[in-house]
Amino acid sequence: MLKYLYILLPLVLFAQSPAFGEDSAQPSPAPTTQNADDVVDSDSEHAKALFSDNVINIVYLIAAILFIRGIKGLTHPRTAVRGNLLAATGMLLAVVFTLGAGGLSYGVIFAGLIVGGGIGAYKAVKVEMTEMPEMVALFNGFGGVASVFVAGAAMIYETVSVSGSIATAASGLIGAVTLTGSLVAYAKLQGLKWVPDGAIIPAQRFVNVLLVILSVALTWWLVTSAGQGAASPFIAYWLIVIVAGLLGILLTTPIGGADMPVVIALLNSYSGLAACATGFVISNSVLIIAGSLVGASGLILCGIMCKAMNRSLPNVIFGTMGPTADTPDADEVYKTVKSSSPEEVAILFDSAQKAVIVPGYGLAVSQAQHAVRDLSNLLESRGCHVDFAVHPVAGRMPGHMNVLLAEANIDYDRLREMDDINPELEQYDVALVIGANDVVNPVARTDPNSPIAGMPIIDVDKCRTVVVVKRSLSPGFAGIPNPLFAADNTLMMFGDGKKAILELISAIKEG
Amino acid sequence: MTLITGITIFVLAIFIGFEIITKVPPTLHTPLMSGSNAISGITLVGAVLAAGHPGWQSQVLGFLAVVFATINAVGGFMVTHRMLSMFKRK
Repeated sequence: MLKYLYILLPLVLFAQSPAFGEDSAQPSPAPTTQNADDVVDSDSEHAKALFSDNVINIVYLIAAILFIRGIKGLTHPRTAVRGNLLAATGMLLAVVFTLGAGGLSYGVIFAGLIVGGGIGAYKAVKVEMTEMPEMVALFNGFGGVASVFVAGAAMIYETVSVSGSIATAASGLIGAVTLTGSLVAYAKLQGLKWVPDGAIIPAQRFVNVLLVILSVALTWWLVTSAGQGAASPFIAYWLIVIVAGLLGILLTTPIGGADMPVVIALLNSYSGLAACATGFVISNSVLIIAGSLVGASGLILCGIMCKAMNRSLPNVIFGTMGPTADTPDADEVYKTVKSSSPEEVAILFDSAQKAVIVPGYGLAVSQAQHAVRDLSNLLESRGCHVDFAVHPVAGRMPGHMNVLLAEANIDYDRLREMDDINPELEQYDVALVIGANDVVNPVARTDPNSPIAGMPIIDVDKCRTVVVVKRSLSPGFAGIPNPLFAADNTLMMFGDGKKAILELISAIKEG
Repeated sequence: MTLITGITIFVLAIFIGFEIITKVPPTLHTPLMSGSNAISGITLVGAVLAAGHPGWQSQVLGFLAVVFATINAVGGFMVTHRMLSMFKRK
């Protein structure tokens, strides 16, 4: 990290020097002496500029570099902690130097920083790892609403241009959609009962289109009326925010639970794009750069999630999923299900050389990650090699299972990706599926008419024996029966994930 | 900053984003989300400028923006740090 500061520090010093300022369009220190009467008044309550605009812009450049290096650090678990610290340093530098911009009264700023910092730190320390999707959803919304307020405030004092007004409308629009969409996503992830699934008003899609048209019209009103001293651009702006807020709610409510990873990734992307639009409003390069990095990140994750479900983004957002007419009857499929006891399964593990554990959302729900770690350690100590196979859409956000298993101290080398482990699964003696359903349903491979046809799955049915820990035979999100549960080489262990694993551990120890 | 400079920066940053983020392994996708979420708290810079600007309307909006953006940035970086510290190799 120091390396970058060494290179860029001389640049900052140079930028502070008068020589650099001559080229600049706005040499900032000069005006203080010119219209002394006007300036002295405001200067007596507001701080003088500590840094010239050039210095601040160079610091923004450094912050942007630190963000890029920071994300690059996340490409490997070894360098990831350092990467996150680099990005945080970039944020700190950008904010501290902005405070030295001059003409600012600090009271309100520090009050906001203390309140926000306190709440943020408290949430970060307290949150359970199983609740990460909720927290990220909520924080996406906060990023969006911050953009709404910044663009709204900038309207009051920034000089007006056509492009600036369009950017203002975009900030309000994207920010408000992000806010209300994220709040709905948060409520759904929390499992709040009053949040409806499916359409909440008649002809919802038609209303959505109307709202989009309405916000475009309002944007037009904002742009054409801006800068004429009337109240209309402000009215237009806050109407855009209200309309977009409604749109965010209506777009998110119909999307079901298992599609949440896609929704959160998309809202993540929006929160970045909102920051980006705000960057255009206040002509600030670091907002544009940081915002577009986040926008790109969310979009990429969205694409990965959609690919892992073999669905297109529009299909996830607007489509419906469920059993089709020719879905086989569950009773028929489940005729040959074999229910098993922990003792029986323990015998199976006694002779196993290689086992693979496939975690699903059910593992998170029953907080079974620590029990699973104990099981894996126990099996390892008895000479059985244990790997974990993680499907990209297991859990409620991208990478959710990996974080839970890492929390339980499971070596990250043992967390294998679907594409990586699938060709080797035939060599595994036992597959232990915990609280997963659709992501191990072989129908995706065999039945071209099923709703999940073509979705990449973890091919556990190719392992010698499959043990499925599940509360009941109820279908997953796709709403279709899973023939894996009734396969010749499958044993079902019915029960809560954590309880079942603990029973299995004691059965192995006794056996 | 002219509009065209802004657009240039925007497009180049999107390209850099795509280049580096496609290399992030699935294991780290959750920290990537919470970390990039924290980075989107960069709106804080604009929020600080608004909250410090004279005039009560912009100060009220600015205050709210500073609160939300700071929650986003501080909470995001801290929880990402907490998560990443868990990824260990034995």
